[in-house]
Amino acid sequence: MGHDLANPVLSLRDLTVEIKTRRGLLKPVDGVSFDIAPGEILGIVGESGAGKSMTGNAVIGLLDPPARIAGGEVRLAGQRIDTLSSEEMRRLRGKQIGMIFQDPLTSLNPLLRIGDQLTETIRTHLDLGANAARERAIAALDEVGIPAAEERINSYPHEFSGGMRQRAVIALTLCAEPSLVIADEPTTALDVSVQAQIIALLKRLCRQRGVAVMLITHDIGVIAEAADRIAVMYAGRMAEIGDVAEVLRRPRHPYADGLLSSTPAASAGQARLRQIPGAMPRLTALPEGCAFAARCERAQDRCRQGAAPRLEADNGRTACWFPIQHGEVEA
Amino acid sequence: MLAYILRRAAQSVLVLLVVGLIAFSMFRFIGDPIDNMLGQEAQQEDIDRLRTELGLDAPLLVQYVRFLSSAVQGDFGVSYGQGRPVADILAERAPATLELALVSGTLAISFGIVFGVFTAIRRNGFAAQAIMSLSLIGVSLPTFLIGILLIYVFSVELGWLPSFGRGETVELGWWTTGFATRSGLLALILPSITLGLYQMTLIMRLVRSEMLEVLRQDYIRFARARGLRTRTVYFRHALVNTLVPVTTVIGLQLGSIIAFGIVTETVFQWPGLGLLFVNAIQFVDIPVMAAYLMLISVMFVLINLFVDVLYFFIDPRLRVDRSEASA
Repeated sequence: MGHDLANPVLSLRDLTVEIKTRRGLLKPVDGVSFDIAPGEILGIVGESGAGKSMTGNAVIGLLDPPARIAGGEVRLAGQRIDTLSSEEMRRLRGKQIGMIFQDPLTSLNPLLRIGDQLTETIRTHLDLGANAARERAIAALDEVGIPAAEERINSYPHEFSGGMRQRAVIALTLCAEPSLVIADEPTTALDVSVQAQIIALLKRLCRQRGVAVMLITHDIGVIAEAADRIAVMYAGRMAEIGDVAEVLRRPRHPYADGLLSSTPAASAGQARLRQIPGAMPRLTALPEGCAFAARCERAQDRCRQGAAPRLEADNGRTACWFPIQHGEVEA
Repeated sequence: MLAYILRRAAQSVLVLLVVGLIAFSMFRFIGDPIDNMLGQEAQQEDIDRLRTELGLDAPLLVQYVRFLSSAVQGDFGVSYGQGRPVADILAERAPATLELALVSGTLAISFGIVFGVFTAIRRNGFAAQAIMSLSLIGVSLPTFLIGILLIYVFSVELGWLPSFGRGETVELGWWTTGFATRSGLLALILPSITLGLYQMTLIMRLVRSEMLEVLRQDYIRFARARGLRTRTVYFRHALVNTLVPVTTVIGLQLGSIIAFGIVTETVFQWPGLGLLFVNAIQFVDIPVMAAYLMLISVMFVLINLFVDVLYFFIDPRLRVDRSEASA
């Protein structure tokens, strides 16, 4: 794809997040590794509770206690950031890593003007005077396609529509020019007609500036539209990762395969949607071996014993002992 | 905005009328003022003559309308007990009550907000937990008991502070102030703590729970994700949002500080409106009671109106015209 994966913006190695509870130690994120290159969009999919958002929060340093990073490494442009103090991490947020949340209606402070929220962010990270910050704020609004930015900068959030607010959120996220953006379900709360616009906007701006994007969603359609690569998570672990067209066309992990054929957009042309039997195991009751084994048609004894398979099991593509070999996929 | 205030003012007048009527009709159950004024040996004809003179033989509604029509002209009648115009008595007593309310209200609001924010931010810290436990005392101990305990410790045992009265006061026109002398200020300490403690713990607990709620909101998360300084997140984003609902309660509490200073004023023999009212009840001094109750309801209504107007300045969402509110 032409992305420089040798010098990734973000690099996770064996990232593990733990939550201590009365019923024992939970691992909502368990040994997750991936890289994102400059200008690349990595889509992360998985069902609720698969650890997508938790991974994003761990990267930006916003895990709510008692959740904490218990192992592995997070590197931003080669520098380890998971060991930084909370104040150092705070300086990084907004400046180097931006985050977009699901609901634009609640992401903005209702009592402050859009412009004030922009300038406070700009002046926190960049050494600019009030006027320069204001000009930059207007430019940022203009860039995300808000008409008459010079006037709208004085608006309050409630005077904007949902789509406009998400545009303002994107402006806020990008205004200090971060090199990595974590977008956590950025379009889920929006009207379908607005979703495509927002995704296109996000894609254009990040491409232009060489920003790496971690796009968290459960909407395969959004991934197909925007992402360069796709990572499928299941029960806190990475199930499959690869080039988006390749994975969508020829998924190798049985869970990825099941997920795709249960999604209308991705399985267009197929006679009918399939469902995956059963439900994702709870984190309190993860089985030994592969977490998906109980729901998997291909599972054999090896899947139910010992350590869970990791991405190395299939040359870094799939965490499965018996990946689907295309050509033998059932009709 | 203006239309809104006018509409609220009209509603307020209605509320005042109703409150006045209810209060007025309740006086009938307190006792007969004539008994108190003439004593048990009175002749029936004297009783009847006085009753007619005071207008007490007229139907309740007529009495009420008479009271209202002279009240609007600033005439609240003559006190049965003291034989002086009620308006004069109230004006004489008001400074003591208002100064006490001002001091204890300021204490309650400032300490309430500071402690509330502190216990919300450091919610698992030792100090915050200790404050929360102590605040239970403020909420659950009755005012008179707190007053008596304070008097016992600081006046009787330690002898640091006076146990009753206003101390020396200075006259500024018709206003008498206790702020100007040392003994006046010392005399304010115990009553204002007694009166403000409950309000303070209430405000503190409210600020704390609202703040914890606000801190869970997405815009706080987003403010953090933008790398804003912790101080900015807490005070510019979280606290201001917390104050929206808290403002209403604070407004109402201010009203009750003035209105229900009765207990505190009695415990400390504070020469204010509350003490006046208590004495008036004992004497069935209807003009004083009626004037006091009307005064208190006017105060509540004004505070409510003020709080509503304040909302306009705090919350931009209310400033929108109805027509564009659906945008």
